Amino acid sequence: MASVPQLQRQFIEYTTSLHNEGYLDDQFTQLQKLQDESNPDFVVEVVSLYFEDSEKLLNNLATALQQKSVDYKQVDSHVHQFKGSSSSIGAQRVASVCVHFRNFCEEKNLEGCLRCLQQVKQEYILVRNKLEALFRRMMQLEQQILQAGGSIPMME
Amino acid sequence: MEDDNAEDMEVEILPSMWPEDIDAAGKKFNVEKPGVDQDLLEDFNFNEEPSIVDFKRLLELTNYSEKGSSQLSYLVKNWEWKQENAVRLLREELENLRKQQDKFELKKLEILEEHRFEDDNYGGDKRPVSILDEVYDIFQDVPKRRSDVIVQDERLEIDDECDTTTVKYWKQRALHLEKLLNVSVQREQILLEKLEESIENLEKQSSPVEELSQVLKRADNFLHFVLQNAPVVIGHQDKELRYRFIYNHFPSLREEDIIGKTDVEIFKGGGVKESQDFKREVLEKGLPGKREITFETELFGAKTFLIYVEPVFSKVGETIGVNYMGMEITDQVARREKMAKLREEIAVQKARETELNKTIHITEETMRAKQMLATMSHEIRSPLSGIISMAEILSTTKLDKDQKQLLSVMLSSGDLVLQLINDILDFSKVESGVMKLEATKFRPREVIKHVLQTAAASLKKMLILEGHVADDVPIEIIGDVLRIRQILTNLISNAVKFTHDGKIKINLNVIADPYPKAQITYEENELQSQETVVWIRCDVQDTGIGIPETALPSLFKKYMQAGADTARKYGGTGLGLAICKQLVELMGGRLTVSSKVNHGSTFTFILPHKVPQACDSSDETDDYKDKDDNGSMEEDDLKCGFFQFKTRTLGSLFSSNGSGPTHELTRSESDKIDRISVLENNNTNHMSVDQDRPFHDPCIQKNRPSNSNKLMKMDSGTTTSKSSARYKILLVEDTVVNVMVAKRMMRQLNQDMDVVNNGVEALRAVQRCDYSLILMDVCMPVMDGLQATRLIRSYEKNGNWDEARLAGVDIPDQISKEQPRKRIPIIAMTANAMSESADECFANGMDSFITKPVTLQKLKQCLEQYLPSYGAL
Repeated sequence: MASVPQLQRQFIEYTTSLHNEGYLDDQFTQLQKLQDESNPDFVVEVVSLYFEDSEKLLNNLATALQQKSVDYKQVDSHVHQFKGSSSSIGAQRVASVCVHFRNFCEEKNLEGCLRCLQQVKQEYILVRNKLEALFRRMMQLEQQILQAGGSIPMME
Repeated sequence: MEDDNAEDMEVEILPSMWPEDIDAAGKKFNVEKPGVDQDLLEDFNFNEEPSIVDFKRLLELTNYSEKGSSQLSYLVKNWEWKQENAVRLLREELENLRKQQDKFELKKLEILEEHRFEDDNYGGDKRPVSILDEVYDIFQDVPKRRSDVIVQDERLEIDDECDTTTVKYWKQRALHLEKLLNVSVQREQILLEKLEESIENLEKQSSPVEELSQVLKRADNFLHFVLQNAPVVIGHQDKELRYRFIYNHFPSLREEDIIGKTDVEIFKGGGVKESQDFKREVLEKGLPGKREITFETELFGAKTFLIYVEPVFSKVGETIGVNYMGMEITDQVARREKMAKLREEIAVQKARETELNKTIHITEETMRAKQMLATMSHEIRSPLSGIISMAEILSTTKLDKDQKQLLSVMLSSGDLVLQLINDILDFSKVESGVMKLEATKFRPREVIKHVLQTAAASLKKMLILEGHVADDVPIEIIGDVLRIRQILTNLISNAVKFTHDGKIKINLNVIADPYPKAQITYEENELQSQETVVWIRCDVQDTGIGIPETALPSLFKKYMQAGADTARKYGGTGLGLAICKQLVELMGGRLTVSSKVNHGSTFTFILPHKVPQACDSSDETDDYKDKDDNGSMEEDDLKCGFFQFKTRTLGSLFSSNGSGPTHELTRSESDKIDRISVLENNNTNHMSVDQDRPFHDPCIQKNRPSNSNKLMKMDSGTTTSKSSARYKILLVEDTVVNVMVAKRMMRQLNQDMDVVNNGVEALRAVQRCDYSLILMDVCMPVMDGLQATRLIRSYEKNGNWDEARLAGVDIPDQISKEQPRKRIPIIAMTANAMSESADECFANGMDSFITKPVTLQKLKQCLEQYLPSYGAL
């Protein structure tokens, strides 16, 4: 059984690793900061809402791009929304693919759009897996820390 | 025997008529030996018409041209040889006969002498003796026959010797011999006759011309046979390129139309001259050649011929004409050209593909770079604004003099960095074509005044700033005031930077149109819009260090400064002038510079401006007053054309927060303070941003005056209420995640928020409830934030929702009175600082914008700025 400081360090390291790998940016830290005793599950709530929303948007996008005559305006607004929500939770890689995606929308480049859809899906699934793993790991760590009698470290 | 001979004769004669060595000599006529297959040719019925021959010329040719004569000589030689052979054979035969005759004569004499007596007795008794009764022929196989004769003669002799015993026998024998002799003599005579006849025949019949023409005809027939369906034209032309012979399977002209004429005389159209020239060339050079010529004649349309022309030489070596052969290859050429075209197209396509790939690559690269820039500016801007606002807040706390001084240095440095970042962003905006210009009414005198004021406020050295505006400069003109201010500010700050003492002057004059041609189009516009265009020249003059002449050309290039020393000494990105130049050019003007080292520089830019209609001016002024709290300015002030600002003392800058170095600045500051207090009393949030609207400039806003605004505000904020009052805040946002995050942040800031999901809902919410602040997403379904803001502003101004209804929004009727409402601060939330331009937000009536993702810090700042007594410190 690891000591409390060790666990605490692990806890922080795991979060920062996601930052360093570029999956998440400071916005996620912001979210974590917003979580307190009155809102103990805020991050998980927001992120699950994000997952829900994203899956809906990705479905909409896929359908929109399969139409015979693609309504690029609609696609663009979906992508815009996706970008907004992604950057709100700090999923910066998803957000940056969305930027490219919007450029292709502007050009009405179907091929580019489809490629971007694939990319954005990939990035989304990646960040989802990472976040899910993060939550699991954090829960474990939290429990371990609490069991060991420590307190959850605050994010910087 | 006779039949055999006759057959022999034919078989042997015919081949001899054809030159035996014709193959060996490698002649062009590879003709089968006639005889067996002779009938072959006769079966064909030749249409000899196509070839039109000038026979005289042919004879001449055979006589004069080398080729013709050599061919002729071959034929003649052969013929002579044959004749010689025949004559030799005849002679031999004759000789033989003569010898035989002599022999017989001799024998006869011997016998007569031996049996003279018997001769008388048996003289009349003559019996025929059997000998070979032969028909002599000149072409007979002579030697064989001769040997036959000899053998018989010997047998006769043997007979003679055996039968000499009886007289009777001898008599008989003598008679017989005599008869034989007579026959022999007779035969000799016949032979002689025949010989003569033969010689006569030979001379008569076998003239070489006849035989030659026969040969030629045969060749001709073969040629016709071969050529009868070939798309070939064969011809001979003389020295003057007149046709002497032409063979054309598909003749469209008659003989007299061609023979004796040149190409040019016969045909008209494209290619004719070329072919004639080519023939002439061959004629002159004496070398054969091939060429492809496309004809475009009335006679046979567009056709391509491959033409072979060879010179014909006389025996002396002179060219006397050309042989020419043409084959129609139109289809082949078409096919070939099609192939070439296809190949070319493929190549072009490939090139285009690589080009496209390159472009895609470059575009991606540019995109990435732009994105990088946007991200970077965002990344730098947010923490920086955090630092600056914290420092500003810090400056409102209790500090001693030293601390305040240090803090103000910190603030000005922070502002400088912000300015630099804005510069870079601006520049990339102009470069990528994102920069959009706005046309708004503004007062040039006021702009000059403000710019000078601002510059004076941050002045750290003893300088005089002056503005001269000529009387003929209109009171109001139309242009992008933000950008013009930016240019002026840039030029002034440059001037200040490089001037250590003396004066910096701005002169504004109306000048004649530098592009009179463009005037016409303007005049056309004028007729429609009734707006006149004035060209205004603006000089920014300083008495600074000047610019060396060598540095002038690179002055406006980006990242360039006059020299490495300068860069180190004065700092800066080197983007300022490049941006100015780009902006001026974007507005259709020109930026120039003249300078003298150690005496100063003058930057001059000229810009075209529209002038609003004169008749409207009073109304406009009213409007202007509505929008601008400074509109209460006196008419004299409006027309005042001279401003001067001086640095009071160096220390004064650091001594107080807000009181400007000139009395005017002080006045405006006090104005603000007054207004703020009034606003606070009314508990409204109508803030200074409004007052700055006409000259709103993101860069300027970050500068001193706005800082001092904030400082003022902070001051008043702390004094009036420190409690965190509750406000009605409306969030217009369609993305659930964003809503959740923003809501949570608001709670953190102790504020509650109403949330609606699109512009239309926002309008309804505004109608229902009075909000203190609206946070408005720009991109939304149903109605976007820009339109919603515009409609809300219209509602505020007119007190009704008519415009919204016009836009198709269903809004329930209002019971309340139609009267102007107070203005709600609307803050845009944009996803990208680049694409959704701040200008667009401002143009639609938004007060400010925060970039997404929204952070606690940004929200806090926003509340602090727009909720007057928000004291969340």
